[in-house]
Amino acid sequence: MRSIAETDLGTPKSAATVQVALTIDGVDVRVPAGTSVLRAAAEVGIDIPKLCATDLLDAFGSCRLCLVQIEGMKGFPASCTTPVAAGMKVTTQGGRIEQLRRGVMELYLSDHPLDAFAADLGSEMQRMAERIGVEDVRYGFAGASHARAIVHDREGREAAIHGGTSHEERERANPLFRPVDASNPYFTFDPAQCIVCSRCVRACDEQQGTLALTVQGRGFASTIVASQDDPFMQSECVSCGACVQACPTGALLEKSLIEQGQATRSVVTTCAYCGVGCSFRAEMRGDDLVRMVPNKDGQANHGHSCVKGRFATGYATHRERILKPMLRAKISDPWREVSWHEAIAHAATEFRRIQAKHGRDSIGGITSSRCTNEETYLVQKLVRAAFGSNNVDTCARVCHSPTGYGLKSTLGESAGTQDFDSVMQADVILVIGANPTDAHPVFASQMKRRLREGARLIVADPRRIDLVRTPHVAADFHLALRPGTNVALLNALAHVVVAEGLVDEAFVRARCEADAFARWRAFVADPAQSPEATEAVTGVPAAEVRAAARLYATGGNAAIYYGLGVTEHSQGSTAVMAIANLAMATANLGRVGVGVNPLRGQNNVQGSCDMGSFPHEFPGYRHVADDAVRATFEQAWGVPLQAEPGLRIPNMFEAALDGDFRALYIQGEDIAQSDPNTRHVTAALSAMECIVVQDLFLNETAKFAHVFLPGSTFLEKDGTFTNAERRVSRVRKVMEPRNSDGTRGYADWEITQLLSNAMGYPMHYAHPSEIMDEIARLTPTFAGISFARIDALGSIQWPCDAAHPDGTPTMHVDAFVRGKGRFMLTEYVPTSEKVNARYPLILTTGRILSQYNVGAQTRRTANNRWHGEDLLEIHPHDAEQRGIHEGDWVGITSRAGETVLHATISARMQPGVVYTTFHFPGSGANVITTENSDWATNCPEYKVTAVEVARVSQPSEWQKRFHAFDEQQQALLEQARDAALDTPH
Amino acid sequence: MNTSVRVHVSCDASALALGAGAIAQAIVAEADARGVAVELVRTGTRGLLWLEPLVEVVTPVGRVAYGPVTVADVRALFDADFLRGGAHASRLGAIEQHPFFARQQRLTFARVGLVDPRSVEDYVAHGGYRGLRNALAMESSDIVQAVIDSGLRGRGGAAFPTGIKWKTVHDAAASPPSALGSESSKYIVCNADEGDSGTFSDRMLMEGDPFCLIEGMTIAGLAVGAEQGYIYLRSEYPHAHRALEAALANARAAGWLGADVHGSGRRFELEVRLGAGAYICGEETSLLDSLEGKRGQVRFKPPLPAIKGLFGRPTVINNVISFASVPIILERGATYYRDYGVGRSRGTLPIQLAGNLKYTGLVELAFGVSLRELLYDYGGGSYSGRPIRAVQVGGPLGAYLPESQFDTPLDYEAFSAVGAMLGHGGIVAFDDTVDLFEQARYAMEFCAVESCGKCTPCRIGSTRGVEVLDRIGAGIERAKNLALLDDLCETMRHGSLCALGGLTPDPVVSALKHFPEDFAARTAGAGG
Repeated sequence: MRSIAETDLGTPKSAATVQVALTIDGVDVRVPAGTSVLRAAAEVGIDIPKLCATDLLDAFGSCRLCLVQIEGMKGFPASCTTPVAAGMKVTTQGGRIEQLRRGVMELYLSDHPLDAFAADLGSEMQRMAERIGVEDVRYGFAGASHARAIVHDREGREAAIHGGTSHEERERANPLFRPVDASNPYFTFDPAQCIVCSRCVRACDEQQGTLALTVQGRGFASTIVASQDDPFMQSECVSCGACVQACPTGALLEKSLIEQGQATRSVVTTCAYCGVGCSFRAEMRGDDLVRMVPNKDGQANHGHSCVKGRFATGYATHRERILKPMLRAKISDPWREVSWHEAIAHAATEFRRIQAKHGRDSIGGITSSRCTNEETYLVQKLVRAAFGSNNVDTCARVCHSPTGYGLKSTLGESAGTQDFDSVMQADVILVIGANPTDAHPVFASQMKRRLREGARLIVADPRRIDLVRTPHVAADFHLALRPGTNVALLNALAHVVVAEGLVDEAFVRARCEADAFARWRAFVADPAQSPEATEAVTGVPAAEVRAAARLYATGGNAAIYYGLGVTEHSQGSTAVMAIANLAMATANLGRVGVGVNPLRGQNNVQGSCDMGSFPHEFPGYRHVADDAVRATFEQAWGVPLQAEPGLRIPNMFEAALDGDFRALYIQGEDIAQSDPNTRHVTAALSAMECIVVQDLFLNETAKFAHVFLPGSTFLEKDGTFTNAERRVSRVRKVMEPRNSDGTRGYADWEITQLLSNAMGYPMHYAHPSEIMDEIARLTPTFAGISFARIDALGSIQWPCDAAHPDGTPTMHVDAFVRGKGRFMLTEYVPTSEKVNARYPLILTTGRILSQYNVGAQTRRTANNRWHGEDLLEIHPHDAEQRGIHEGDWVGITSRAGETVLHATISARMQPGVVYTTFHFPGSGANVITTENSDWATNCPEYKVTAVEVARVSQPSEWQKRFHAFDEQQQALLEQARDAALDTPH
Repeated sequence: MNTSVRVHVSCDASALALGAGAIAQAIVAEADARGVAVELVRTGTRGLLWLEPLVEVVTPVGRVAYGPVTVADVRALFDADFLRGGAHASRLGAIEQHPFFARQQRLTFARVGLVDPRSVEDYVAHGGYRGLRNALAMESSDIVQAVIDSGLRGRGGAAFPTGIKWKTVHDAAASPPSALGSESSKYIVCNADEGDSGTFSDRMLMEGDPFCLIEGMTIAGLAVGAEQGYIYLRSEYPHAHRALEAALANARAAGWLGADVHGSGRRFELEVRLGAGAYICGEETSLLDSLEGKRGQVRFKPPLPAIKGLFGRPTVINNVISFASVPIILERGATYYRDYGVGRSRGTLPIQLAGNLKYTGLVELAFGVSLRELLYDYGGGSYSGRPIRAVQVGGPLGAYLPESQFDTPLDYEAFSAVGAMLGHGGIVAFDDTVDLFEQARYAMEFCAVESCGKCTPCRIGSTRGVEVLDRIGAGIERAKNLALLDDLCETMRHGSLCALGGLTPDPVVSALKHFPEDFAARTAGAGG
C-alpha cells in the first residue's frame, strides 16, 4: 500500500521535452510527449479509475478500469497504455465507459473476500470499489473463487475447510484457495485478496530487479508466487518491500500496518542506514511509527528502498536501548542511572580535570557518521573550540579516508563526481571493490536497471559477488583479482589504455597537468605494468584485463563505482588515485554518465568528513595549518585554534597506551567492534580514565565507558545527512527524544551543546537550522545551503553557492576543482601482510544485505532471521583440504589473533581466499585483522589478513573472554536498571 | 526393370495418422520382395484428406494417384502393375484432374504434395527461390512496395496489410534511442503456433513445402533489413518441426541461408523455437514474450511489434501463410497476385474444410467464393448426410453462421459485415445434431482454459461466463442470467486486452442470436 501522503498519477513521468496539447473531458491539457492519457488526466485533476497502474511502474494495461473513449479511435482504449497525441480528444466519463468499469469491478468483487475492506485501511481496491459503486454482484459468490477455503457442493451447501485432513475434506477443499503466507517477518501475503494486477511482480522486476515473483498458472488460476511457489521467506525475495508498497489491495501488507492500523500523518525524512540516503515518509499514528514508506519524490531513491530502511526500524524501541544517562567510576562497577545534569557535569569535570593534569591534548573526541551534519559539526567544534585541540577523528578513518585523500590529490575535491541518476546514462560500468546489491541495495537496483537496458559491466572483485550473475544481468568481465592487488590491476588497465592508444589526448591536454601526465604515461607504459606482467600478482588473465580496459576506454560513457574493497588496503589511497587517473586518461569525468563514484558505507560518512571531522581539516576539507581559514574560524568561534593536526584514532590508541591520552568523547561510533585489532583497541580503552559514550545501546565501546549519554535516533531529531552523491537531505523529527531523565530528553546535538556549555564554552543553538546556517557561513561549498533551501528543493548536492544556487549534480564539468587534473604515480607496493606456510589463506571482509555495519541497529530487528551470525565463506577446495564441512566450527588464526565461526562452503570464493562479515561483536572479525593501514590515511587494511583455518570444537579464547566480559557488563547494566526501579526519580 | 519408379507417399501428419507410414514401408518391402526398383519419395499431402493414405506413381504419362490405400492393398497394387499406372479399385488418376483439386487456384500451395520437402533441389526445380532471386536484385523499399501492391493481408486472422507492416519495420530505426550495445537489429518472426480448431494449413505447408516459408521469411529479412528470423512453432507439431529443421539445415548447406545468402553478401539466419502448449502464444505479443523466454502474456499495443517487438526491436511478425505467399508475389509480380480475389481481399486463401463434411481438406481459392460453394461443391455436404445447421469459421472464437448466411462470400469485409470473421480460413461444419448452447458454453470454457490471465474481463469473465451459461442451461433465473450474460459479453468484448477475451463473445452471442431455441431451459444435469 502506498503512502497515505502521496497521490498516484498512474504512469511514470515522461522525460520528453516536447509538449503535446490535447483535450480531456473538454479540459485543455499540455503534457510532455510520451505521457499516458491517464497521467495527463491526473495532472489536471481528472482521476480516472485504475488498479493496475501506478506511477512507479511502467504501464501494464491489465485491470481495464481506466478505459476511455478517444475521438477517432475504435473501442475503449486503456488510458494507462495510450500515449497522448496532439489534438487528441479524450472522454473519461459517460454511460458506456462507466458501464464497462462497473462490469470489470463486478467481476473483481465476484472473486474477492467479502470482509476484505473491514480493516478500513483505505486500500486502492477498497476506494475503487466504493467509487465505481457496484450495488449487486450478480454473479453471486458460489462460483469459482480464490477467496474461500471451502467449496460448494452441487446442492449449494458449503463444504470442507482448506487444509482438512480427511479424504473427504480434501476432496471438497477449494483447490484455488491458498492460505496466508506470513513467513516474512515484516509482511504478509494473503492470496485471497490478490487481484493479479502484477504490480508486485513488476515492482520486483522493474524497481528492485530481483525478479523473485511471478504469476503462476494462467487464466483464472493465475496466482502470484515467490520463486518456485515457495514461502516468501524461503524464496529469492530480498524483502525490499517494493511489492508491498505496490500492492493495491490488502494482499501484501506490512504486519505493522495490520497490527497498528493506518497512519494518520506522514513526515518526510532520510534513512539512517547506508550512504544511498533514501528519502522516506515516516508514517505515524500518534507518536508511534507505523511504517516507513520510501518517498516517491526522493531524489536518491525514487520511491525505492531495501529491507533495512523500510523495515528494520524496531531498534528505535528495542528494550535494550538505553534511555537514561549513566555513570560509574570504573568499568567493573555497576552503572548508576543519573540525571542529565549530573552526567554532563561529571563528564565536563572529568575532562577538565584530566586536561589540567595531563595537558590540553590528553583528551579528544570522535564524531559519528551516523549522526547529522549539525551534530558532527558540533562535536568537532567542541573539540577544537572547547577542548582546545584538534584531537577529533571519525569512523571515516576506517572506511573512506583514502577517498578523501586520493580524490583531493587528483581532482581537487574529496567526493564522488556524480549523482546516482548519472548511472542511467552510463554505457560501461566498472564496479571495483564494492558489492552494491548487499551494501547499497537501492542504488544497486538502479544500476541493474541500467544493466538490463544493455549497459556493459566489468566487476573487479575477489569474490563472485551477486552482480556478476544475477537475473538479466551478467558481467562482461569478472576480474577476480587476489585481495590486495587493486593497484597492480588498475595499473595494468591503465597500461592497456596508454599502450593501445586509447588515451583521450585532447581531454588530457585541455584538462590535466601536462608534466604529471607525461610522468604517469611513462610510468604505466612500462612493460612492468602490463597485464602480462601483473597477471602473476593479480591472478587475472592478461587477456581479460586487456579486453576490460578496451571496453572501459571505448565503450561510450564509462563510470567507475568503488567501495571499501578499494580503500581498506595498505595502498587504499594509491588505488583511489589510480582510479582517478584511469578516468582522466579516458575523459570519463565532467559529464553525466561517467565519473568516479565512491559508494559510501554509512548514511552520513560523506557529511561527517565534510564537517571537519578529521584532525587536520576544518569543515570543507581545509587544512588547519591554513592561517586564513583558521582565522575565519577563530573569529567566528571566539577562541584561538591549533594549527597542528591532532591525533587520528590509531594515534589516540597509541597515546592512550603510552599514558598521554586519557579521555575520549565518542558520539555514535563503536570503535571496540569496528576498528582493527580488537585486543589493541580494548587495551587502549582500558588505559583511559574517562570514556564518555553517547549511543543508543550499550555497545562494545560502552562496556569500557565511565559515562553513558543516551543518544537519540534519527526519528527523534532534526538535521541533515549527506549521502554518497554529496546530497544534503533533511532528517525530520517525527517523535520526541525518548532519552528523558524524567525532565526532558535531548537530541544528540543538544547533548553536545550541554557538554560544551558545562565545559565553559557556550553554545546556544535553538535549532539545528542555526547550526547549518553557521556551517554555510564558514564553508564555501555549503554557502547556499539552509534548511529552507533544502525544504524548497527536496535536497541539495554540494557545492552549493552563488554560482550553483541549486547545487551541483555533476562535478568537474568545465574544469577540475583543483584547476588542472593531476595524474599521480601509483606504483604497486605489495602489502606486508603476506601468506606463508603458516597463514596460507587470505581473509577478506565485507557486508551482507540484511545487516548493517556493526549491527547495533539491525541485530535488534527481525533482520536476524536472514543473517543470525557471521559465517566464514570458504572455497570447496580449501574446505576439502582441511576436512571442513558446511556448518562446521572453524578456527581462524592470523598473526593478530584467533576467532571461531561456522563455515559455509561457497564457490563464490576463489581458492586461497576466505571471507566473513563483521556484523556480530562475538564473531571477533577484528580480533584477527591486523594493524596494517593505508600509507596516507591510516585507513585499516581490513581486506587482507593472512590466516589459517582449521576445524575446531569450541569458541576461541578471545571469544570466551568476550562472552564473560559481555555477561559481566550486561549484569552491571541490569543493576542500574534494577536500582532505578527501586528508587524512582 | 533397370530404372526405378518414383512413388510418392505423404509424410504429412494427417496422412501418417491414417497409416501412410505403414503403406510406405509395405511398398518398399513388396518392391524388394519382387526385385522391383522403387524410389519412394515422402511428400506433403495434396490436401484431399479423405483420400489419404494417397499413393502417387510417376509414370511416363504423369502422376497417377491411388487412394485411400490400405496395407492390405499394396500387394494387389503391385499385382495390378500400379507402377505403370495400372487399374485398381483405388486408382484415382491424376490428382490435378480430381474435381476437388482441379478447380483450386494453388499459388501458395502449388508445390505441397508435389515435392520432397527436404530437398532444396526439388524446391528449386519446381520454381522455388525465384522470388528470392528477384528480391536480391531489388532495393528493399521496392520489395516492400511489391508486397503492398499485391494486396496481401495477414493470413493469421487479423488481415492487416502485410506490406504496410513491413514498411513500418523497414522505416523503423534498428537501434534503440540510446547508444547502448553494438547489436542494432530487427527481427523476422513467424507465427507458426497454429492453434485454432479446424485449421491445419500452416502445418500442411511446413510439412509439405517448408522452403516456401523459409524463402518468404528470407525475403522479409531483405525487405526490412533484418538478419535474424525465428519460427515460433507449436510443440504439438513434431512432424513440422522435423521438416523445418531438415529444410533449414539443407537451405543453410546450399547457401540459401546464413552469412551470405546465395552469394549476395546479405545475411539471414533462421531458427525454430518451440512453444509450450499455450493457445494464447498464437497471439503475436504473447508469442514475442514467450520467444523472449518469458511467460506468454499479452502485451498492450501500441507500441506495435513493428516498432518495438522481439527484444524491444522492430519486428515483422506474420503468420506462416502470409510469409509463404510472398515468394510467388516476388516471382510473378504484385499484379499477378492481386488479380486474384475480390474487393480488399486480394490473392488466394488456403481454406481448410473440417468438421462434419464428406470431403475435408485444403482448398486454395481466390477470395470471393461463397461458404455454400465450399460446403457443398467442395465439401460435398455433411459427412453424416444430415443437413448442415451451423458453420464456425475462423477458429474457436469465430461466430457460428446459420444456413441463412451460407451465401456470404469469403471476403474479410463481407464476413465482418455479418458479425463473423474469416480468421485463418478454417471452416468447421456441424449438422443438425449440434447443440449450440453447448458450443457457446465451450467458447467460454475454451477462453477460461486458454486465458493468459493478464486482463480482468478475460481472466475472471470467462470463468463467470461458464457459470452463467450453466445457470441458464439449468433454468435458474433465466432472464436475469441472460441479461448478465449480455453485460458480460459487452465487458469482455470492449474491455479485454486482446482478441481472445474480445472475440470470445462472438461464438456465444451468435449462437444465442441464431439458435435461441438451444438456450431453452435444459434438464437437470445438462450443461456440465
